[in-house]
Amino acid sequence: MNRKPLTIVEPFSPDAVPPEALIRFDQVSLRLGGRVILEGVDFEMRPAEFVCVVGPSGCGKTTLLRLIAGLLRADAGTVTYRGKPVTEPARDIALIFQDYSKALLPWRTAAGNVSLALEAMRTPKAERARRVTELLTKVGLAQHADKYPTQLSGGMQQRLQIARCLAQNPAVLLMDEPFGALDAMTRQTLQDEVLRLAEAGGACVFFVTHDLEEAIYLGDRVIALRPNPGRVAQIFDVRLPRPRNQLTTREDPEFLRLRRSLFDFVQEIEH
Amino acid sequence: MKWKGIIVPLALVVIAQAGAVIYGIHSDSLASPWQILRAALTLLTDGTLWAMMRQTLLAALAGLLLGGGAGLACAIVLGLSPSLSRLFRYPIEVFRPIPSIAILPIFLMIYGFGYRMEIAIIAFACFWPNLIIGQAAVAGVEPRLLEVSRVLGLGFGARVAKIVIPAALPRLFLAFRLAAAVALIVAVTVEIAMNPQGMGYELMSAQSSLRPDAMFAILLYIGLLGWSLNAMLLFAQHRLFGVAAAAPPT
Repeated sequence: MNRKPLTIVEPFSPDAVPPEALIRFDQVSLRLGGRVILEGVDFEMRPAEFVCVVGPSGCGKTTLLRLIAGLLRADAGTVTYRGKPVTEPARDIALIFQDYSKALLPWRTAAGNVSLALEAMRTPKAERARRVTELLTKVGLAQHADKYPTQLSGGMQQRLQIARCLAQNPAVLLMDEPFGALDAMTRQTLQDEVLRLAEAGGACVFFVTHDLEEAIYLGDRVIALRPNPGRVAQIFDVRLPRPRNQLTTREDPEFLRLRRSLFDFVQEIEH
Repeated sequence: MKWKGIIVPLALVVIAQAGAVIYGIHSDSLASPWQILRAALTLLTDGTLWAMMRQTLLAALAGLLLGGGAGLACAIVLGLSPSLSRLFRYPIEVFRPIPSIAILPIFLMIYGFGYRMEIAIIAFACFWPNLIIGQAAVAGVEPRLLEVSRVLGLGFGARVAKIVIPAALPRLFLAFRLAAAVALIVAVTVEIAMNPQGMGYELMSAQSSLRPDAMFAILLYIGLLGWSLNAMLLFAQHRLFGVAAAAPPT
């Protein structure tokens, strides 16, 4: 919680000294099964920055995320995290999957699922219970600690996955279309929660989505990808005030302008 | 309506008894249900049952634990490593179809008569179902869960203990139950064929001393033993190993 308050109107004013990049893609290319998935991808992410990635399916959104997570390795170019090449998953990079029902351990309770991350970090047993309660409270699941994932709604399961990731004290949160399978109301609530949690924890967020409005609403920047092969097409700076608000932010002329240019852009790619 | 299941067996017993009473059996190969029941009681009271059951059960359980345990350990390693699994595919395909009783002469030469020979053969027989089903169970663990364990930074041991085994547990239990049935079959077979101990041997003695009543009584006890072994494993699966084991196999 030692983070500067996020009420900055323009997060990256040109005259400010640019903070050092936390994650850097340098001419990254990747082939899988003979197909070129990514080619010459270049971009940087700064600490505590919220970056959203959009693009048509098959443009390598998830692949980018998996490269940062250390689940995949680039064929050419480098992905660096804190100045070092990413070769394997790092403890302080957390990943939230879209298919929460598959990513949770069905034989463990909500508390047990969160505890798994603490066990992996070798948190002393005496401390675990307190941390679990704390984390479940953070995502509003404190009363459901003893329930199994199948007894929770989709939104609650995704919250549980978020709690498990927060247990890692992540400096980077990777989210792979996390709300794609949720209904509109739940999705909005969770969007605001993720914003709040990312702000409170000072984490850098890499958020993959196919919902353009969601990307603008959440992000400091929106990276638009182009398919076949996947590459960065354009990066949009989102100069919207924080904290964001589901009503006022979405009515902001700047929001509408961005929405228009992103829609135009995506249409252009798809035709 | 559980009692309905008992109608047919009960009716058959009654018919057999009626037939024996009406026509009067004096046979070296058949006995009436009543005679079988009396022989069963004698076996129970004179201690023969416990002695022979202990021998067979001991051999079957030891073989099941050794062979089944080894099969399970190999299954986890092969299930997690596609390259090792490819490497061992042909050796497994060659050794697996060998009928376990066919290796009796080899183990007889090595160990002679007694427990060690019988346990070794049972272990060989139990190794395969656990290896094959276990490997499929481990390979079938939700890949997302393995990714979760990688991202969380779980080591190999923790990954096996906390993700792979719980996720595969229902099918691993299925494998163990199959292996338990195999263990009993092989134990009795070895005893019938060669080994002078246990229920299979007693069965052969009863047959060669023209005691069909004792023979059928022992057969009855073998069936009961197999049934209770399965029931014990089912109980363990549903009561002793928690939520992970009790889920239906996927």
